[in-house]
Amino acid sequence: MSTIKLYVPRDAAALAVGADEVAAALQAECAQRGLAVEIVRNGSRGLFWLEPLVEVATAAGRIAYGPVAPEDVPALLDAGLLQGGAHALSQGPTEQIPFLAKQERLTFKRMGVTDPLSLADYEAHEGWVGLRRAATMEAAAVVQEVLGSGLRGRGGAAFPTGIKWKTVLGVTAAQKYVVCNADEGDSGTYSDRMTMEGDPFMLIEGMAIAGLAVGATRGFIYIRSEYPHAIATMNEAIARATAAGFLGDNVCGSGMAFRLEVRKAAGSYVCGEETAMLESIEGKRGIVRAKPPLPAIEGLFGQPTVINNVISFASVPIILARGAQFYKDHGMGRSTGTLPFQLAGNILHGGLVEKAFGVTLRELLYDFGGGSASGRPIKAVQVGGPLGTYVPESQWDIPIDYEAYAAVGAVVGHGGLVVHDDTADMAQLARYAMEFCAIESCGKCTPCRIGSTRGVEVIDRITRNQNRPQQVQLLRDLCDTMVNGSLCAMGGMTPFPVLSALNHYPADFGLAAPNQKAA
Amino acid sequence: MTDSLDPARTQLVKDLVARHQDQPGGLLPLLHAVQEALGHVPAAAVPLVAQGLNLSRAEVHGVVTYYHFFRSEAPGRQVVQVCRAESCQACGAEALLAHAEKVLGCKAHETRADGAVTLEPVYCLGLCAMSPAIMVGDKLHARMTPGKLDRLAAQMELGA
Repeated sequence: MSTIKLYVPRDAAALAVGADEVAAALQAECAQRGLAVEIVRNGSRGLFWLEPLVEVATAAGRIAYGPVAPEDVPALLDAGLLQGGAHALSQGPTEQIPFLAKQERLTFKRMGVTDPLSLADYEAHEGWVGLRRAATMEAAAVVQEVLGSGLRGRGGAAFPTGIKWKTVLGVTAAQKYVVCNADEGDSGTYSDRMTMEGDPFMLIEGMAIAGLAVGATRGFIYIRSEYPHAIATMNEAIARATAAGFLGDNVCGSGMAFRLEVRKAAGSYVCGEETAMLESIEGKRGIVRAKPPLPAIEGLFGQPTVINNVISFASVPIILARGAQFYKDHGMGRSTGTLPFQLAGNILHGGLVEKAFGVTLRELLYDFGGGSASGRPIKAVQVGGPLGTYVPESQWDIPIDYEAYAAVGAVVGHGGLVVHDDTADMAQLARYAMEFCAIESCGKCTPCRIGSTRGVEVIDRITRNQNRPQQVQLLRDLCDTMVNGSLCAMGGMTPFPVLSALNHYPADFGLAAPNQKAA
Repeated sequence: MTDSLDPARTQLVKDLVARHQDQPGGLLPLLHAVQEALGHVPAAAVPLVAQGLNLSRAEVHGVVTYYHFFRSEAPGRQVVQVCRAESCQACGAEALLAHAEKVLGCKAHETRADGAVTLEPVYCLGLCAMSPAIMVGDKLHARMTPGKLDRLAAQMELGA
């Protein structure tokens, strides 16, 4: 009998529910039964309610089983796991699981399919096609391709990536840098982590293309200290890509150098703000810089610097491989391409959903997510991280794109969706937003540093009904000051969750519900 | 100085300083290396780091205390981190943290008197599709329940 391939993810989330133990049990049980198997530690498919998700390669494609516990292994093998046999945990052919089948996976097409650290696997799945093409092009043409795709920054600010690159290309300097912001601190987001753990060469390829496009020879990936697995996988992937000539002194025979280095962050949320991140990489406290100068002109160590989020860089290889038009054919309006949405919090089927812009929150919550995990009605969804608004049901049918969300005062951000059921106390969540800002503020500007602490106090007075109407007005004034007077998004957007909670769920603050007003 | 370094640890810090002093922006990588070797960044290491990197002690102290990840005091023999970001809150993280305080016998942000365990809130472990999540040492645990936490605590050999 020939060796049969089994897949058990190595993604940190899979490990957190026992994937290592499942892999060990499979190895031991198969050895005992004299069955020849090869266990590949792949990335996660992003169907987290099914993790650990074990797959077996059969003549009819890969068959999935999940969630598998170590003690399930003997019964699974008895049921013919290695031939894709029927079992209560069988999910059928992986690609046909509706959650996966309904997606449009461009950036995440390899996720969970390949061995993350296998150069051969990466190459066999359209890897390096974009970089090889870029290596033969003029720098300006590479920038033009990214510009033409309409790709916008996936970290949250949604600034056109190509314009950033064009600015850096246009500046003359002895040293330029490419910096990847992998300080994914937003609760409810994990697509950066999945990319680094599950398809690290894609990020390397995207950053190398950026290096060629703007003439930068050095790159840094700033990764959260809370992500030890991502750090280890990226370091190993960089070593392998360098040894194979995709990084180093002569990237893909282009004659251009590009070297990459991982820098480990140290638990400061505000270092996800690009200028605070630069300070941190320079070895300083992560204090936000005033802009201008823009980092594209004076960034890391005072040199022109491209700064993008993990998913922005990860979107670039396919744009170079298949052309700007291919990417642009996805999405709507000025929001082109796809976004990996991340279903999180109180959701039955939590996981990663890559869809073109234009999908609605209701589709994501129910068609993909299956409603709340608790079975109770969903009350609020915080979209776009801790600085995003709580989106009420009246807005769940808006097709998601950057402009449509901005029109109702919401943000798409990094695509994280945190679901709360009807037991959530929105006044407490608003208080938490202020408390979090007080803990994480870098302290440079007063509205953020002081305003956040005052915000906690004011919300406490509102919930205790001390001069409630007056304190509500005070909270609104305070939020106005923070929005307009803060140096960066930390203080400037903390009022988003606070005000959306107050406006859409006044009863939680002890206020009479207003007459059914529009949005 | 209450927290002096013995000669072996002094040499160890000096070796790490030598390894990072020419690295651009080397302070954070150096502090990570010190903390990995010693478990924390003792106050007595700060002057060595400052001298090696040609910084003031105030600058180094400022960086050590700015970042949540760096510890100036030695942690307990086990470190338990409980995520209390929004996604985990939506799945009972606040109750889980309160339960952890009870089971482990120490408050959040504190180390138990016998030095067995340190309990820390953390803001997002990136396992938001399987909330609530905790980390014990370097091992992640997701879809936590108070019952699972009890079993983990029992395995931790925390002593009485």
